[in-house]
Amino acid sequence: MNILEVKNLTKQFGGLTATSDITMNIEKNSITAVIGPNGAGKTTFFNMITAVYKPTSGDILLNGKSLVGLKPHQVSQFGITRTFQNIRLFNDMTVLENVLVGMHQNLKSHWVGTLLQLPHIRKIEETARVEAYDILKYVGLEDYVNENAGNLAYGAQRRLEIGRAMAAKPKILLLDEPAAGMNPKETEKLTNLIYDLRSKLDVTIILIEHDMKLVMKISDFIYVLDHGELIASGKPDEIRTNNRVIEAYLGKGAVAND
Amino acid sequence: MTILSALFDKFAQSKKNQVILFIAYVVLTGLGLFLLPDSTIAFLLLLFSILILYYLKFNLRVKWVTGIVILAIIVPFIASHSDSYQTYMEVGTLVGIYCAMALGLNIVVGFAGLLDLGFIAFFAVGAYSYAIFASGQAAKFMPFGHYPLPGGTFWIFIIIGALVASLFGILLGIPVLRVRGDYLAIVTLGFGEIIRILLNNMDHPLNITNGSMGIASIKPPNFFGITIGNSSQFYYIALGIFLVVIYVVRKLEDSKLGRSWKAVRDNEIAAQAMGIPLVKTKLAAFAIGASFSGMMGVVFAAKQMFVDATSFTYLESTMVLVMVILGGMGSVPGVILGAAVVIILRTQVLTNISDWLSQMSTDYGIEIPAALSPEKMQLLIFGLLLIIFALYRTQGLIPHKNRKVDVELLKKESAAAALDREKVTSGGADS
Ligand SMILES: Nc1ncnc2c1ncn2[C@@H]1O[C@H](COP(=O)(O)OP(=O)(O)O)[C@@H](O)[C@H]1O
Ligand SMILES: [Mg+2]
Repeated sequence: MNILEVKNLTKQFGGLTATSDITMNIEKNSITAVIGPNGAGKTTFFNMITAVYKPTSGDILLNGKSLVGLKPHQVSQFGITRTFQNIRLFNDMTVLENVLVGMHQNLKSHWVGTLLQLPHIRKIEETARVEAYDILKYVGLEDYVNENAGNLAYGAQRRLEIGRAMAAKPKILLLDEPAAGMNPKETEKLTNLIYDLRSKLDVTIILIEHDMKLVMKISDFIYVLDHGELIASGKPDEIRTNNRVIEAYLGKGAVAND
Repeated sequence: MTILSALFDKFAQSKKNQVILFIAYVVLTGLGLFLLPDSTIAFLLLLFSILILYYLKFNLRVKWVTGIVILAIIVPFIASHSDSYQTYMEVGTLVGIYCAMALGLNIVVGFAGLLDLGFIAFFAVGAYSYAIFASGQAAKFMPFGHYPLPGGTFWIFIIIGALVASLFGILLGIPVLRVRGDYLAIVTLGFGEIIRILLNNMDHPLNITNGSMGIASIKPPNFFGITIGNSSQFYYIALGIFLVVIYVVRKLEDSKLGRSWKAVRDNEIAAQAMGIPLVKTKLAAFAIGASFSGMMGVVFAAKQMFVDATSFTYLESTMVLVMVILGGMGSVPGVILGAAVVIILRTQVLTNISDWLSQMSTDYGIEIPAALSPEKMQLLIFGLLLIIFALYRTQGLIPHKNRKVDVELLKKESAAAALDREKVTSGGADS
């Protein structure tokens, strides 16, 4: 069953076409990778799904319902959460608070209740903190609970972004280059974490990534973008041997020379 | 401040020593004020005990009770022996009023990260809402009702002032939310000026505010038959509201809404991606921040018994902002200290300096240039302070600290919760 359907999605910035006529079907509970050279339009694609950008044309359907025209926070409330290529944490908040913000839409603690110190609100907040702590343990940040997010090392910041997104209990999780800037050991850990995440959260994952080892290892399906166009799609083995993909990555002539 | 706490760390590691030292300090400064009742310095030193209290390592509840006892009983009692009693309490009342206002602005600027240069407008709106109806002014345009309303309505007007101000906060918020950064500052500055100019001109065609004449003979509040007319009485009203405001701000800071504000401040795009509605969250900051100002506006109008637009100039907006920046953006204790420092500088230190200057000029026949008038001095001194803080202490007097949670406790609770889950699943499998 398809949880997300993208139909003829096009985005133009002035004269520049960032994505052109992209159509994708994302199966529920799958891990799908979107790959392609820099500037191919991958992040733009994520930005359209999460309503940061409005598509120039085309449609995005979540379980058959269009997301186009919604506000970013509404898309999030429909169960789509993301991480960012250029990390966007709440730097002056603690690591725990970052995760608590991730839980925002599932927290039923109205501020009026907080002011009145209603017992059930206190209970909700307490439970949320424990839950947030469990998430931090899961992404390996339990030693930094009270640290400001901005003070974390790069790899830790990436993991915190994933933790924060997990906290939202999304139906679809979009990861934009989660392994960027990580060393091989960190990347391997991350690969296992993402793979594990799918069953733990019962979530559909779409991932943009340049690390081919990671992509080939955990993806069920791969879409390849180049200059805003969808040039190939298929299972990892099909993509690995696809001529157009090799060409896009290595330049024209690479296939012939082989 | 760090020197201060370092000193205490060194000499008073144990709680017992701290208690003794603190009591000794309060007794000494209290005695000082008692013996030198007209010494502003003695009065300020006694007030300073609150700051020391903040740095002591007592239990939070003990600190609160001690602080309230000092402010509500000890300070007024000792000051009442002085000829300057009403002056001291006037300063206390002003500190309370401006603290609440600065805490309101701190929500907007410190928590939500929205620069507001016209914050005094909400104070004005609160002040006028009481002034109009608690004087004969309302009779000039209201077709029904008997005005002035009795002084007993003051208490209801505190709430009304808060509501009207938050309504204006939302009104300001709606157009302002489209702009950011410098533009936001300019639009809010304009808003503040528009409100002031409106208040100054709304005497025709319908006389609502009495224009530049201002509104006089405002009824003093009435508390079960007692007319509240002195600063020593208003002091308790200001203190009461101030305490409520601290409580509200403290609770909000660690609430879901407080986290949304900070998230929006730190990264708008990420905040939205986590399901936080931008507009609603920012409007809430404007509305709640403005409401504190509105409440204190009502108190101000009742205390002065006269309002006109000159009390709500751009300079006043800047002063509130200076309090926040000087104290430490986002830091509740910092902002309170900032407000206290600015008010005391303005009402005590600067007046003393200008008294001294005029003394000089009469004694020695020295011409004091106009640039050294207290008004100009004020701008100069606060300007210098801001520059110094921007350069050397950007975090303010008491920098903001995020609330730290007890990790050990979390660890325990997390283990307990895991055990519970296990029980549930294994129990489910058994049956
Ligand atoms: N906000 C924007 N305004 C103008 N051009 C943009 C904007 N965002 C992306 N682009 C352009 O769209 C193209 C695709 O960018 P992007 O989606 O970030 O690529 P990728 O993530 O695949 O590296 C690039 O040429 C980029 O310069
Ligand atoms: Mg990208």
